Amino acid sequence: MRENLNVIAAYVIMLGLIILVGFLQSWSVALSILCFCLISAVMTMGANIQWGYAGLINFGIMGYTALGGLAAVLVSVPPVREAWQVGGLNMILCAFLIALMVFSIRFIIKKYNKSNKRNYGIALVIITGLVLLRLISEPAIESIEAVSPATTGFLGGMGLPILFSWIVGAFFAGGLAYVIGKIALGLRADYLAIATLLISEIVIAVIKHEDWLSRGVKNVIGLKRPVPYEIDLQNKEWFINLVAKFNQGALNLITDITEKEQLLKQLVIDGSTVFVKLCFAGLFTAVVITLLIITQKALYSPWGRMMRAIRDNEEAANAMGKNVVKQHLLIFVLGSAIVGIAGAMMVTYDGLFTPGSYRPMRYTFLIWVMVIVGGSGNNFGAILGGFAVWFLWIEAAPIALFLINFFTSGLEEANAFRVHLIDSIPYFRYLMMGIGLLLIMRYRPKGILPEKIRHV
Amino acid sequence: MDIINAIVLLLNYIFVPALSYGSQLALGAIFVSLIYGILRFAYFTAGDLMSFGTMFTILFTWYFQSLGISLGILPTALLAIPFGIIVTILYVLLKDKLVFSYYRTKKSPPVQLAMVSIGTMFVTQAIVRIIIGPFDRRFFDGEKFILKANEFKEMTGLNEGLTIKSTQVITLLVTIIVVSILFWFLNKTKTGKSMRAYSDNEDLALLSGIDPKKVVMITWVIAAILATIGGALYGLDKSFKPFTYFNNMLPIFAAAIVGGIGNPFGAFLGGYVIAFSEILVTYAYRKFFIYLLPESIEPDGLLQLLSTDYKFAVSFSILVVVLLFRPSGIFKGKVL
Repeated sequence: MRENLNVIAAYVIMLGLIILVGFLQSWSVALSILCFCLISAVMTMGANIQWGYAGLINFGIMGYTALGGLAAVLVSVPPVREAWQVGGLNMILCAFLIALMVFSIRFIIKKYNKSNKRNYGIALVIITGLVLLRLISEPAIESIEAVSPATTGFLGGMGLPILFSWIVGAFFAGGLAYVIGKIALGLRADYLAIATLLISEIVIAVIKHEDWLSRGVKNVIGLKRPVPYEIDLQNKEWFINLVAKFNQGALNLITDITEKEQLLKQLVIDGSTVFVKLCFAGLFTAVVITLLIITQKALYSPWGRMMRAIRDNEEAANAMGKNVVKQHLLIFVLGSAIVGIAGAMMVTYDGLFTPGSYRPMRYTFLIWVMVIVGGSGNNFGAILGGFAVWFLWIEAAPIALFLINFFTSGLEEANAFRVHLIDSIPYFRYLMMGIGLLLIMRYRPKGILPEKIRHV
Repeated sequence: MDIINAIVLLLNYIFVPALSYGSQLALGAIFVSLIYGILRFAYFTAGDLMSFGTMFTILFTWYFQSLGISLGILPTALLAIPFGIIVTILYVLLKDKLVFSYYRTKKSPPVQLAMVSIGTMFVTQAIVRIIIGPFDRRFFDGEKFILKANEFKEMTGLNEGLTIKSTQVITLLVTIIVVSILFWFLNKTKTGKSMRAYSDNEDLALLSGIDPKKVVMITWVIAAILATIGGALYGLDKSFKPFTYFNNMLPIFAAAIVGGIGNPFGAFLGGYVIAFSEILVTYAYRKFFIYLLPESIEPDGLLQLLSTDYKFAVSFSILVVVLLFRPSGIFKGKVL
């Protein structure tokens, strides 16, 4: 019971902080913090499944996030017919070729025993495949990228509602995780960490530079939204009435009609951004709650018990007849798929896809700080970590400014040292994250909300 | 003549740059490998420690420049490196005392130490950016070229020029000196041998009376020295930017693993493996073949295996292949 009280208290404090931001800064800021907190929470749940349930280190979170984002683009953007006409056929051919390569490699691996000959055979397949791919794809890519490069220059997507991409993103990320897991899961923990980190860099490199697929660093902007647009809302009768109803008190105070109308107009504009963000927050909350229910159920099912058994003692679990390799692969895929959902959600919220913005600091290491700080192995802890760390990450600048002003209040305004410190405020967030992580690891190694260990 | 031209072309665009880049990576990879072998964890602060050392080297360089001290044709930074090293040594020892020693005495699993090193990575990154800012900085002074392309052409009468920057020669010389001293230290001195023994089998080393505190301290000192030198050389050769240094962590890790992590000599060679493969795979060979082949079958494409955008991806793919087929690295790791 006391543990439950802790959880509730922690969440109440967290929500209180966000509401405080709403009162002190603005509701729009508070809601966008909330939305990103929810997205971070989904990511931490994914990482927590891998690390907390199974003890697998995945430093490739950035790669899965980006793949989820790519899914959002490929699902929602309408197809570019011209590009398909000039290069579509060749690209489909390439896809077949890749499939053929994979199958022939699998065939070789199955059919022949491990030997140098087999390795040479695989190498031969890969090299001829790559040369063929290059020959087929190069002219196609050139012509695709030449189709009005300022606006499209890529194949486009399927033109479906963007909400589908949340599922597609999960499949993309899961698929990549399957491949990586097959290759790398046998490695020792720290090797696995480095390997996944490097592989995620490769994923980003591909997304950044294959312009025919993702427009690369030219970015995709103006993605469709699952919620109404501000401009549309501002012209809707019911919405204006709603805003008027909410602000009746303030509106009634003003007698002048034109002033009243102006105030109402301003209120409607403010209200529309808040309303849109509220819609997003509602959607995201639904995702978080669904995932939370599923993961909690899984954690306390026989399967979850088995996973913890594998985590705590791999050899013993293996001796009991549990297929450790298969379960590790499964959980690696599941966790990554959840991260993929988060990636698609984030691109949906931003309405744009910027491959250049995927950096390991923000998308891999920060997520890990969230998991560790929140409490690995405990879903409520992981979500809380996502909230708390994201909150601190955003609010670090105002806090740092306050602290700097406080400690240098003895110095004069134009003091070079003080000016320098104030100029470097954005970097204090790294300092806070680092010190926070070190303190938690030292004094509360199991996180703010530790995993509940049930003794029978 | 054409053959010589082709060779000079490769020397100019592949061999010389790869050699200096490889040396810079190798210095980083050696200390990552040493830390892995002796302290037994993946040190994620590697890139940022290099930027920390380089930052202080730059600060001292600026100080010396303001005093009017210079080394003539050599960059002033060479004079500043020892001071940078001292500050970096103090920093890593302080970090060890405040952060790492606790987990070491508790015998925490390596994964936990790696996580802790991510915490110190955040902190180091913040310190560097707060002190010097995130911008690109050049701190090279002195004579820029040893051999200019035009001079070389006049000297030899070839079509292709060969440019050798003084930073490339400095990099190579300093690397050779530092690495030979290091290997002499590890192989011939008593302390070096005790470090190798400690890396090989901790319990046995403790039983034979090796002081673990001393071994750990010396490892950190070596790490700080190599990080500062490697970082300063990279900054002299290219430029100093904290973000690039953080990213360099990745090829450094790749080099350390390819060479067999825990094995400094493997890491040293791994640095060159990574550097050469990155540059070999992304170089456009068109001109090279134009020299070699008769005019009738001259190539019209760029003949580039991969675009330069995939530079990083190349080294990482090599790493993945090595991990798959020889997880202990090319030169069996974990023996020191």
